[in-house]
This record gives sequence, C-alpha cells and structure tokens, in this order.
Amino acid sequence: MSNLSAVEPPDNPARSNETGHQDHNLLELRGIRAAYERIDVLFGVDLVVPEASVVALLGPNGAGKTTTLRVAAGLHVPSAGDVLIAGRRVNGAKPEELARHGLCMIPEGRGIFPNLTVRENLRMMTYVGRSLAEIEEIAYSRFPRLAERRTQTAGTLSGGEQQMLAMARGMATEPALLILDELSMGLAPIIVAELYEMVAQVARSGVSILVVEQFASTVLGVADYAAIMVHGRIERAGRPDELAADLSKAYLGG
Amino acid sequence: MDKFLTFTIVGLATSAIYAVIASGLVLTYTTTGIFNFAQGAIGMLAAFTYWQLRFSWGWPTPVALIVVLFVLAPLFGILIDRVIMRGLQDTSETTKLVVSISLLIGMIGLAQIIWDPNVSRPYATFFATSKPLAIGPTTITWHQLITIAVAIAVAIGLRFLLYATRIGIAMRAAVDDRPLATLNGARPHRVSMFAWAIGSSLAALGGILIAPLVPLEAGTLSLLIISAYAAAIFGRLRSFPLVFVGAIVVGCTEGYLSGYLPQNQYLPGLRLASPAILLFIVLLLLPNPRLRGRTRSREFFPMPSRRGALGFAAGVTAAGVVLATTMSQPDLVTYGRVFSVGIIALSLVPLVGFAGQVSLCQLSFAGIGAIVMAHLGHNGNPIALVWAVLITAAIGAVIALPALRLSGIYLALGTAAFAIALDRWIFTLPKFSVFGLFNIDLFQQGSVSVDPLRLFGFTFDTPGSQMVLLSSVFALLSLLVVAIRRGRFGRRLLAMKDSEAACATLGLNLLGTKVTVFALSAGMAGLGGALLGSQLSSVSPQNFDLVTGLPIFALAVVGGIGAAGGALFGAVSLAGLLPLLAALLPSVSQYLVILPGLAGIGLGRNPNGAVHDLREGFMPIAKSRIVLVATVVVLAGLYAIRMLDAIDNWTYALLTMTTPLVAVVAATLLRRERADGVVPLEWRGVTEPWTDDDVRDLDRVLGLTEVELHGAARG
Repeated sequence: MSNLSAVEPPDNPARSNETGHQDHNLLELRGIRAAYERIDVLFGVDLVVPEASVVALLGPNGAGKTTTLRVAAGLHVPSAGDVLIAGRRVNGAKPEELARHGLCMIPEGRGIFPNLTVRENLRMMTYVGRSLAEIEEIAYSRFPRLAERRTQTAGTLSGGEQQMLAMARGMATEPALLILDELSMGLAPIIVAELYEMVAQVARSGVSILVVEQFASTVLGVADYAAIMVHGRIERAGRPDELAADLSKAYLGG
Repeated sequence: MDKFLTFTIVGLATSAIYAVIASGLVLTYTTTGIFNFAQGAIGMLAAFTYWQLRFSWGWPTPVALIVVLFVLAPLFGILIDRVIMRGLQDTSETTKLVVSISLLIGMIGLAQIIWDPNVSRPYATFFATSKPLAIGPTTITWHQLITIAVAIAVAIGLRFLLYATRIGIAMRAAVDDRPLATLNGARPHRVSMFAWAIGSSLAALGGILIAPLVPLEAGTLSLLIISAYAAAIFGRLRSFPLVFVGAIVVGCTEGYLSGYLPQNQYLPGLRLASPAILLFIVLLLLPNPRLRGRTRSREFFPMPSRRGALGFAAGVTAAGVVLATTMSQPDLVTYGRVFSVGIIALSLVPLVGFAGQVSLCQLSFAGIGAIVMAHLGHNGNPIALVWAVLITAAIGAVIALPALRLSGIYLALGTAAFAIALDRWIFTLPKFSVFGLFNIDLFQQGSVSVDPLRLFGFTFDTPGSQMVLLSSVFALLSLLVVAIRRGRFGRRLLAMKDSEAACATLGLNLLGTKVTVFALSAGMAGLGGALLGSQLSSVSPQNFDLVTGLPIFALAVVGGIGAAGGALFGAVSLAGLLPLLAALLPSVSQYLVILPGLAGIGLGRNPNGAVHDLREGFMPIAKSRIVLVATVVVLAGLYAIRMLDAIDNWTYALLTMTTPLVAVVAATLLRRERADGVVPLEWRGVTEPWTDDDVRDLDRVLGLTEVELHGAARG
C-alpha cells in the first residue's frame, strides 16, 4: 500500500507523546508554530492521528485548522515544532515527496484542475506510482458518473461531481493518510452526506484520515476522535461524544 | 494575383517563425507566470551561436543544428530557470518584468561582447542553392517551405506534449493550481525547468530561421520578436491554436505591407514599425486575458519624511555644485548626464512606484521633449521648457487613454510598442505639415542641434553650469515627488496600485487619476529630455530609442522605484558608475555593457531596491545629531581643502566616500554606549526591534509572572 507503517491505535489523539507510543501514530504534530509573514497563526499545536482512525479537527473560522493541515501536508513550513509521519520526522519535506509516499491531501474548495478533462485529472494521480488503468478502474467503479464524463473539462462538472473527482484521488491512490479540508464547501447537504459515506468507506479500509469540517455533526458521525481548535491551539481533544458539549462553547467563543 | 500569392507565401513563412517563438513564450508564461521579454534575445543568441558553429567554424549543418537546438538552448533555458526565475515567486509584476527586461539587456550586451557588432556576418538560408519550387504562378523557396513545415511540426509536437504526456498535463495542471499539482506528487521545479528548456529551444529555432532574412544584429534581432509578442497576446497568452492564428494575421499583414504599401518618403518607417503598431492594436482590441495569480508582493516603500526629503534635495544640489567645481571639463561632459538621466528616471517614480503603472516609453517622451527644446528653444529660450512639459504631458495623457485598459505586462508591451513606433517611424519622418498649419520637422532625419538654455540672462553653456542647473532641477522635482507621495494625490495613486476595484467602489475616479499620473510623468520625462538635449547640444533618435531606455527603467527599479533615491541610484549607476568603471578598468570596459542587465537580474533577490538597504545602513548618522553635524562639517572641510588645491580629485573623492562610512561606525558606537539600559520602556520596540528581553522587562514592571511569549500556557 505505502511506506507509511502501521501499528495499534492509542487512546487519545491529542495526548502528548511522552508515553513512547509515537510509533502507533501515523501523523503526529508536536508543538507546531506557524506564521504567515509576521502574523503568527499557530501557537504550539499538538495533534495525533492514530493508525486506522478518523480524526476530526473542529473550530471556528480563523482558528488555524487549514494551516494545521497545510503544515501536515508539507505545503507550509512551520516556524517551530516537528511533523512526524509514522514516527519519522519529516520537517521540511516537500509536499510532492509526501504525496508520492502515501499522503493525500484534498484542499479546501475543489481539489481538481478545472481546465483539465476528468481523465487528465486522473492522470495527474499517477504520480503516486499507480497506472492510469488502475486509477480509472477504482475511480469509475466508485463514481460511475465520472466515467460518463471522462472527456469533459473538470471545470464544467457540477460542484458535487467535482468533489467526487477530488475524492476519487483519496480512494484511487490508496493513501496511508488522507487529509480532507472542508469537503462540504458549497455543496448540497445530500451530496455532503453521500461524500461522507465515502469517507466512512475509506476509513473502514484502514486509511487514517484527518478531516476539517464546518458541519460538525456530519463529521462527528464518522470520526473516532475529535479535537477542537481555538486561536491557533488545540483547546480540547477526545472522543466525539465527550466533546459535543464543548463544541458550541468553542464556536461561540464562550 | 501573382504578387498577392508571392507576398502570402512571404507572410506565411514569417508567420511560421512568429508562431514558433510565440508558442515558446506562451509555454513559459502559462507554466511559470513569467512573461519572458528576453524570448527574442534567446533566439538572437542562438542565431549568433549557430552562425559561429555553422558558418565561422564550418560545422556540418545537422551537427550545428542539433547542438544549438537540443543541447545549448535547453541548457540555457534551464540555467535561466534555476538561477534567475525561481527566485521570482511572490514578487510584483514590475519586478518580474524588470528581471526579464534586464535579461534582455544583458543578453544583447553579451552578444555584442562576443560578436563584434561592426563585423558583417553573412547567413545563408537553408538549401540556399537549391532551386525554389514552383507553386502555380509563383515560387516558394526551400527555406520558406522548411519554415512552414517546422511550425506545423511544432504545433503538432506541442499538442502531443501538452495533451498526451504526463509532464505536459502536469504543466497545464500547474497553470490551474500549482499547490494542488504538488499535492498530486508533481514536482513543480521539474515542470518549470522543462517548460523553460522547451521555450528556450523554440526561441532558438525561431531565431535561426529568421536570422538569414534580416541583418544579424543583436538589438534588431531581439526586438524583431515584438511581432511574436503580438501573436502571443492574440492567443491570449494561453491558447496555442489562437497563437498560431495570431501569428498568421501578424505575419501576413507584414507581408502585404511590404508588398502593397505605397512607396513614399513617409512610409518606409511605418513598415518597420508595423509589428509594434499591430501589437498595440491587438492589445487594445482584444480583451486582455486575466493576468495569472494574485501577487502578494514582498515590496515595501516607506513614506518619505519631510526632513529626509529636504536633506536629500540639499545633498543632491550640493553634490551638483561639488562635482561642477572639482571635475575637469572632459569629466564633466562624461558624467554630466547623471542628473538629466536622473530626471527621466525620476519620472518613473510616481508612475511605476506609486501608481504601479509600468511604462517603457519614458525615454521616448524625453525625446519629444528634446525635439521641442530644439525647435522652440532658439537661443536657449526657457519658454521652450514649458512647452516641452506641456506637449509631452499632453501626449502622455493621450497615450494613457488607450493604455487605461491595460495593466501589468500588457501595459509594458503597449508602451514598448509605442516607443518602437516612435523610434522606427515617427522620429525618422522627414518634414511634414499638419493641415497646412504647422510645419513639423522632428529630427530632420538625422540629428538636430539644441541651443543651451538661457535663464534670467545667464546662459548654461558650460558643462559645470549645466551640472549645477540639472542637479537643482532634480532636487526640486524630487521634492515635488515627495510632496505627491505625502499628499492626497499620492494616497490615491497608492490605493489604485493596491486595488483598482476597491478604489472604484470608494468612488475614486480611476480614469482621471491614471491620465493625470501619466501626464505628470510624461511631462517630467519631457523636461528631463529637453534639459538633456540642451546639455548634449545635438540629439538624434538613437539617444532616445527603446533599447537605450530599458536600462534606465531597470536600474531605477533596482534602486527602489518607490522613492526619488531609487531614481538617482539608477542614474548614478548608469551615467556615473559605468563610465567611471570604464575609465578605471579600460581593459574590461567592453564587458561592462552587461552590468545593468546583471543588476536587474539581481533584483529578484532584493525587491525593495538597493536604496532601501543603503538608507537603513546610513540611518544611524541621521539619528545622532552630533554625528550628523560632524559629517557635514568634515565634508565641507574636505571640499574647502580641495578648493584650495591642497589635495587632488582622487584623494578628495576617496575621503568623501569614506567619511559617511566612518560616521556610521561612530554613530553606532555612540548609541551603543548610551543605549545600555537607558531606553525608556515606552520607547522599546519603536527605534529597535522588539525582543524577548523587552517582554521580560515589561512583565517585571507590570508585576506579571513570567508568561511564554505566545501563550500555549493552557494547552
């Protein structure tokens, strides 16, 4: 599948790492600080995504959720702290290298190339080392509608179809770690529900997932763990049911 | 009909060359976001290299072709990408423009160093000895046939590359969304390197094909490609089929112009200028494609203080007086252009620095100013200066009207096209009359003499008096520029630079603002040109052509286009340091032509401009009153000693230059002594950067327990 290794999941995703179980975690962020130019955004984020589990990252606008994901995917270089993947420090690794080693991030908005056809979009997924035929097979079997539209320019697809195409990368490349940023943005609730059904399927196949989502209730149905982020820090972390009460407080700034 | 067919074939062959070059340009632009002004210059260098291998060293044609097209050109493209272009992400459109323009300047210089421009280089077409093929009533040469075939092959090859190969798809993907392409695992550096290699190879191909048809001269060859730019714009910098259509339109128009344009004394220049005019028309008529990307620019130009501006103006005037009184007559002639070029460079500050509107035709405005001075300023009549300003400002405003809908590189291309149209056509016109009312005689098809300026009964006819005059005018204009920057108009310009949309929603009149700033800047350039003209005493179109003007633009931006100091920096390095270096090191003087290019290329590393660093460096002097006064006194003393002829010029220059350096050291030492623990708490972080020690002191005074700077205490 990939070169990211696998061990048992521990209990608490945002617990500190002194217990010596860090090898059990597929992704671990330790004391991440990050800034855009001179504006600090993250003030020491500790976050753990255990093997084969879904972690939801929740929080109000501007809390630093997207930046945290960008740091994990190598798109943003943190000013301090460590990023560990499968126990290996990957600070400063380039996003394309992480992608080739089994990290798949689907960014906010539509994670597709609008001026490329559906098939060309799928061809871009072959950098992970799979053939176009394999990718097409998985993508079209999961999303038959994409097969009908394979020669169409991706920008002309409906919003839901575009997000399916983006999601197809998360499935067809069979990553070890899937990072999803606001999958629901601008989509009808029914399509959101459909997409999260896919996310649940991917999770059941053993892929670790870190997901940021505004629709907290939707994502908490899929997540094994959740962390609430406020003002560039992880405020609370735990099982989804433990956090439900804290959630409104975090969003409404209580 | 035969004639029509003949010129269609000529036109199509030219179109094919433009198409090849333009598609290379579009390839690099779309994948990397950098519009490569030096695309033509790459073709030029390749043409020279091919000449060297094939005709000078007598290599067999296929070997020479393979070496140039598949080895040297791609390597050169990769070199440009690795060394220069990669550092340009997140810089403004202006910076990118200056870097590629500097590349153009540097490459023209390089070609002139390697291949002596005074030697004629015969260049044979391909299969020159074979008989042309007959098509119906006319013929087509093998060279034309090959050219058209090559363009078709390039079209097919590019289509295959971009749609059927993964790296080609990755190139297009990078255009759509570069970060997403990396998330897919594409290596963006490899993609852009590949694009530069191919783009450069296509430029080389075009250069080799076009070289036999024109004189092998670096500047001409580099700018010949202006037609390819028109084709690229026609293709909206994106669509390859449209680029090819554009190339056919441009190439055939040129072909028919050469066939059907009536022969008279006014029109030969029009044919030479037709590519530029076509480019201008294409820019105006076609909807401009949206420029790529939002630029989060790294540039920052601080607001000049009143005190600083006055000090700067006083310093400039003093420098003018000092130079005028210490230098010998020949030296004054050599270095005299510093301040007149400075005024032309200064005209860029409000336009480019404040308003963010690029203009490459400032020197052309200067040329118009010089013409006005020549014709209306008989016996140095100062009213001619007023006319020079008014006329150039009016022309500037007229140019601004069509240019209003252009921005970024389109504006740069449009103004460059205007400059070329003037160089090649208008400035070469013989005497003509407008509606029988005025007789206009521009450069009299050669050069015109300009009388020295007379002001209040004094004639500025010596290099020394001109130096003093020009430095004072520069100083006054720099005060004007600072006043603009500090005033309401300046705020409008800066706001417009940041966001035109936001300005429009606030009710700002964009049209009026743009026309005003264009007119103001053109008027300043015209004044500079008029003064330069009366200084040179005889001017010709060559003094004011596009290629001469580019280094002024590039070096002013290198200096820091947001401040008068940047303009002075540009002028001093161009008209002062370069001649000085040439005088000091005569053996390498011929290599100095590439220095402006190198300086511009270095801009990518420091987009705030050199003056910004210099100002930061010399700031300690201004902060310490004692040191400031002492510095001025020492400088005045040195000048007095020089005036008494106790020291020679070299010693004087050396001492004058070391004084500020010593002063910086002294000021820094003095301040360190005083600074120990004495900086009051409320002044912390104001004059020096805020440190963790300051936080600790603040916590102590406020009685807070030690808290980590960014919190995380709760985590």
